[in-house]
Amino acid sequence: MLKTFRIGGVHPPENKLSAGKRIEVIGLPKQVAIPLSQNLGAPSVACVAKGDEVKVGTLIAKAGGFVSSNIHSSVAGKVAKIDEILDASGYRRPAVFIDVNEEEVWEESIDRSETLIKDCPLSSEEIIKKVAEAGIVGLGGATFPTQVKLSPPPGSKAEMLLINAVECEPYLTSDHELMMEKTEEILVGISILMKAIKVDKAIIGIENNKPDAIKLMTDRCRQYTGISVQPLKVQYPQGGEKQLIDAVMGRQVPSGALPIAVGAVVQNVGTAYAVYEAVQKNKPLIERVVTVTGKSVVKPSNYLARLGTPISMLIDAAGGLPADTGKVISGGPMMGKALTSIEVPVTKGCSGVLIMPTLEAQRQKMQNCIRCAKCVNVCPMGLEPYLLMSVGEREIWDRSEKERVMDCIECGCCSFTCPSNRPLLDYIRISKSKVGAIIRSRK
Amino acid sequence: MENKLVVSPSPHVHGGDSISKNMYGVLIALIPAFIVSLYAFGLGALIVTLTSVVACMFFEFAIQKYLIKGNKTLCDGSAALTGVLLAFNLPSNIPLWIVIIGALVAIGVGKMSFGGLGNNILNPALVGRVFLLISFPVQMTTWPIADAANRFTTMDVETGATPLSLIKFGAADQVNVWDAITGMISGSMGEISVIALLLGLCYMLWKKIITWHIPVSIFAGVVVLSLLTGLNPLVQLATGGLMLGAIFMATDYVTSPMSHKGMLIYGFMIGAITIIIRKFGAYPEGVSFAILLMNAATPLINTYCKPKRFGEVKKNG
Repeated sequence: MLKTFRIGGVHPPENKLSAGKRIEVIGLPKQVAIPLSQNLGAPSVACVAKGDEVKVGTLIAKAGGFVSSNIHSSVAGKVAKIDEILDASGYRRPAVFIDVNEEEVWEESIDRSETLIKDCPLSSEEIIKKVAEAGIVGLGGATFPTQVKLSPPPGSKAEMLLINAVECEPYLTSDHELMMEKTEEILVGISILMKAIKVDKAIIGIENNKPDAIKLMTDRCRQYTGISVQPLKVQYPQGGEKQLIDAVMGRQVPSGALPIAVGAVVQNVGTAYAVYEAVQKNKPLIERVVTVTGKSVVKPSNYLARLGTPISMLIDAAGGLPADTGKVISGGPMMGKALTSIEVPVTKGCSGVLIMPTLEAQRQKMQNCIRCAKCVNVCPMGLEPYLLMSVGEREIWDRSEKERVMDCIECGCCSFTCPSNRPLLDYIRISKSKVGAIIRSRK
Repeated sequence: MENKLVVSPSPHVHGGDSISKNMYGVLIALIPAFIVSLYAFGLGALIVTLTSVVACMFFEFAIQKYLIKGNKTLCDGSAALTGVLLAFNLPSNIPLWIVIIGALVAIGVGKMSFGGLGNNILNPALVGRVFLLISFPVQMTTWPIADAANRFTTMDVETGATPLSLIKFGAADQVNVWDAITGMISGSMGEISVIALLLGLCYMLWKKIITWHIPVSIFAGVVVLSLLTGLNPLVQLATGGLMLGAIFMATDYVTSPMSHKGMLIYGFMIGAITIIIRKFGAYPEGVSFAILLMNAATPLINTYCKPKRFGEVKKNG
């Protein structure tokens, strides 16, 4: 029996249309717009002004707090303006607009060669400093600043590093393809992360629908001490941090606690690659792999795109926006964000662009709750979505809190499963924001 | 184009499950029992079932058209299912006007008076059935014998005692468990064949319409209480409405608990109360009352029985 997490979960159709498609590099646009809020936590603060010349890799915005991250220019050019742009959240937010020069000039410190550098002489503190400087965030989609995750709070001790290579979202293949093409770099990155958090054990969790990646990683990781691969049964949301820890280690992170409470630090496989580039090659986070996919997309693909590139460029490269497009999603179908425009820029958290046909874009009509308990059965956090929706509708926030609404990870299993097409997660999100505000106001 | 993009919160896909898929799934699971019933009781089984389904759907339609507003649920299969379950709880030689009254009570009182599908506290088919049992005790307990010679030509066939009434009135030695398992006994038309009903259970488990918790805990409750009160557990499981109740009536989504722990308590109590009624009560049969009692207790069970929350299990690493 393959390992998986113990509570709930669903298995939506995988639709990994772009699996096995080599990563292609997307050309540079005429102008990039690099948003200043690309991470969870405080937005970054711009440190360039209109008219400044920047190289590829020049720092353009500094971390705006402890939970925040640096941002670097992804192109060489001239800062055109600092203005608001519509981003994936649907809001207009500040961004640095850079007109791209035809000639690419990189920061001198960046090693652009393909040579694999295995040895890392740096100490834990030096590694974490470099990661922070490079502006690395969790690339699975949560975009939590990586240096914060690598610095456990005083008194807690990490036992092992878990590498999240689950990619449980349907359609997305960027992590999969990265593992196939950058295997060694990822493994060096994992070794560096292990050194940073001072553990001698790392486990890479990969779902069983990627047998080629499991085989390749298992073969190669033998040359690295302490790293092993754990194949996992395909089950959504296994890529959730708490679910992955439960699946691999058999431990459940208590409500409200961080993974470090059970001795785990979880990093995405794409993050491990970014750490390799930052520490060994001095290359800050300026580009990422983005899957462009959808049932009507002519050429579902995996692209390497510079941050700030408009998503429309990626869609054009994949054969253009299909005529029957109803919805464009940044991320996967279960947790991704529906975009209001395809001109939004690629950001650090953008793992995929999913184009859904009109037929699938609309929700079905909501019916009465028939108390079938299917939402309760699939909830990976052991909550009662039907009840949370019902108390949320009636705005009984203290009850919402008592029923542990804040534990919800917003995976969407409940809404996905509901035979009455009830918008369970919508109401839970509203409840979470209300209850969250109440909890904060008590402090 | 750009302005026409649909924007909605995640998840952006749906599993494709629907109310009607579940309702029709249960109806499919009832087919084996219906076939046995047609074979055993002939014409009566067909006519009573049709009458009940048509009457239930008619009352659902009429009430939603003229009395209450809300989603029209006529075609989602729930009214048809109530009709079939009500019919399965009646003897096949019952006068049709009684069936129609039962349908009115089931849909009108049991379901619509609470606000329609999803809002009712008690299982509508059982509300109808128990109303008829109390109002028309004679017609409701005159059981046609299975396999009567003239069953395909008339509803008015020879009648006989059910195994449970034989036991109640001290003739337990005449009860043949094997007949009860295959279904060649007197009784309500849908409850007679254990095998056919278990087939339905397997289908519903396979299609993930229900989970095992409620039926299995009912069986457990019956076995435990039978052993404690000196009854033969096998006979108790195989006779009366136990199988039909445990598999199709107690598992009704709307009126059963939401958490697995709650389902186990609910099921065990149904099994236990059934045996207590059968052993000590005035009626030979107790499943309907047991289920209705536990239906009423379901909101309380939901309040106190929560699913196992993530992070509550002991650390084991």
